Amino acid sequence: MSKPVVSVRGIGKRYTLGIKQDYDTLRDRIAQRAMKLFTGKSENDDAKTFWALRDISFDIAQGEVVGVIGRNGAGKSTLLKVLSQITEPTEGEVRIRGRVASLLEVGTGFHPELTGRENIFLNGAILGMPHSEIRKKFDEIVAFSEVADFIDTPVKRYSSGMYVRLAFAVAAHLDPEILVVDEVLAVGDVAFRKKCMGKMGEVAKGGRTVFFVSHSMSAVQLLCSRGLLLEAGGLKLDAPAHTVVSRYLSNFAASSGEVVDLSAMKRKGTGRALLRTLQIRALDAKGAPTEVAQTGCDLEIKVTVEAVTSVQSVNAAVIVYDSSGYRLIDVNTAIKGCFLELPAGGKSEVRFLLRDTLLNAGTYFVGLWLGVGGVEAIDDIEFAASFEVVHDFRESAHSEVFPGTYKCRFEMQMK
Amino acid sequence: MAEPTVIPIGSGEERVIRARHGLVAVDFQELWRYRELFVFLAWRDILVRYKQTALGIAWAILQPFLTTVVFTVIFGRIAKFPSEGAPYAVITLAALLPWNYFSNAMSESSASLVLSSNMISKTYFPRLIIPASAILSGIIDFLISVAMLAVFMIVYRVPLRPEILLMPVFFLVCVLAAFAVGVWLSALNVKYRDVKYIVPFFTRIGLYVSPVGFLSSIVPERWRLLYNLNPMVGVIDGFRWCVLGGKFTPYWPGFLVSVAVMLTLAITGLVYFRTAEKKFADII
Repeated sequence: MSKPVVSVRGIGKRYTLGIKQDYDTLRDRIAQRAMKLFTGKSENDDAKTFWALRDISFDIAQGEVVGVIGRNGAGKSTLLKVLSQITEPTEGEVRIRGRVASLLEVGTGFHPELTGRENIFLNGAILGMPHSEIRKKFDEIVAFSEVADFIDTPVKRYSSGMYVRLAFAVAAHLDPEILVVDEVLAVGDVAFRKKCMGKMGEVAKGGRTVFFVSHSMSAVQLLCSRGLLLEAGGLKLDAPAHTVVSRYLSNFAASSGEVVDLSAMKRKGTGRALLRTLQIRALDAKGAPTEVAQTGCDLEIKVTVEAVTSVQSVNAAVIVYDSSGYRLIDVNTAIKGCFLELPAGGKSEVRFLLRDTLLNAGTYFVGLWLGVGGVEAIDDIEFAASFEVVHDFRESAHSEVFPGTYKCRFEMQMK
Repeated sequence: MAEPTVIPIGSGEERVIRARHGLVAVDFQELWRYRELFVFLAWRDILVRYKQTALGIAWAILQPFLTTVVFTVIFGRIAKFPSEGAPYAVITLAALLPWNYFSNAMSESSASLVLSSNMISKTYFPRLIIPASAILSGIIDFLISVAMLAVFMIVYRVPLRPEILLMPVFFLVCVLAAFAVGVWLSALNVKYRDVKYIVPFFTRIGLYVSPVGFLSSIVPERWRLLYNLNPMVGVIDGFRWCVLGGKFTPYWPGFLVSVAVMLTLAITGLVYFRTAEKKFADII
């Protein structure tokens, strides 16, 4: 095998927490020095340190597409920042052969007063694309971004969708040997997201080395050949992407009808209301709970919500993912025109009944979301629980479980 | 814009990323590779400088013009400071040229890193490019002021002298002085936001402490070396000499002191910047 293009040896990154998290003022610093004179001890001695990354080692060969996954705070972004030289590791070293372009955010350095055209050149320069190259690809970039009519308008007049499209278009036309990407696909409308995924796939197939952080397990499975699973700053697993994805998903508690307490779950959101419990039960044709969920059964999903402050027009959603993290079902109260209105401290239980869930045998994951329109995510638990579906042998003359996620009921004639 | 030749960034070679300890030297080779970004950032700052202002570039004329009028009236007419027989308006404007450039470049540069926090925490490039390119944002204003000075010289019948050819040299000292202070303050600003309050204070006081409204020759001989510790004193004296010649010859030992101070600030500033740079992305 040829020499690895990226070789990481025992890197660690330590941050200092506590009082000095933000920025000092000189006054604080002077006060501290003075205190040190008198007590021989400074405030800083009490500051806690924490390792965002520790002891990470791996080698990446030319052309590998590596998905970096892990929960929030596992150190994914820090790893990308170290690889793209934005921040220095505290220990260990990284050897990189080739030109690196990092894309940790779309539109870095975009200036609102400048036109789209001007920003393409500026953003390209920031991402390390030479002027001549940007000029060569200019038309392609504009075509990809779909904002040709507004190319001479200052970007502050752009809609957020246009802004993101233009920004991604520049980034997508970078031609580095090593590309480092963080979650940038989670932007824009569905059609554009698909286009971005396509472009990413192209880049990957073009023999480039790609590092890709994503919460979308299906994107990781689709694009990546290899996965790195990070947990609490350490490298938990380095294996083929699908192995790493299923390992990651298996970390989430399985549920077989009991009430799951959600209080300790990893979550995002403003926290004005909290998801408290979740219960998933399979019901038979008469509506009685059954031991196991079978293909075609009804699923009852009960969620309790508690408001912290008073909340209005809250949409509660239940999302079902397959084992590769692909979103299969998204049911929510807004679809039925219903919203939660709760006073501070108020509680509510929402019961969804999913009819005839024709899911193939396998493991499925449930995510929960509370929010107001597209404006505010109040509480968001990406993977709250999982459940098993078993094959309904009464529906099949064959004992084997065939692949596919959706088990359409079907009829057949043969002539 | 001219199209510079292209060297792919970091192509081919092996790069090692690891913790650097102690003082860090300036990597000029890397800066050279990123020269396009430097040009782009300077160009951006110049482009956006007067966007969405009603008077636009007219500000570049109004500001020095009004200051010249006020200083000429107050210092020349009312206070009757010595003028060595030269028109006071030209004396003032010749000093305002470098001073305005310096104070603008210093403020822009000091704030530049913090204003680019997004770029710093999301992409890699030599951080020095940011305060360095911010220095150039006032260059168009400076050129406009030079044109204005030419008009003043015609109006007041001040003849052109051969010394005028040395003006770029003094301007270079001015740019480097602004860079030296900018590098120091921009890096300090990342950690101590006090800089935000120090800079306007510097520029306001500096206008009166530097010999803008008066001639530095009114400073007693024995204090002049000390007075020249302010690097702008040497620069301003130099500009006046370029325009008015003869009686305005700078106090050369003092000029050397100004240059020495400037160089010291620049070198220590670069070392401090490079050393502090390691933490920029973490604390900005």
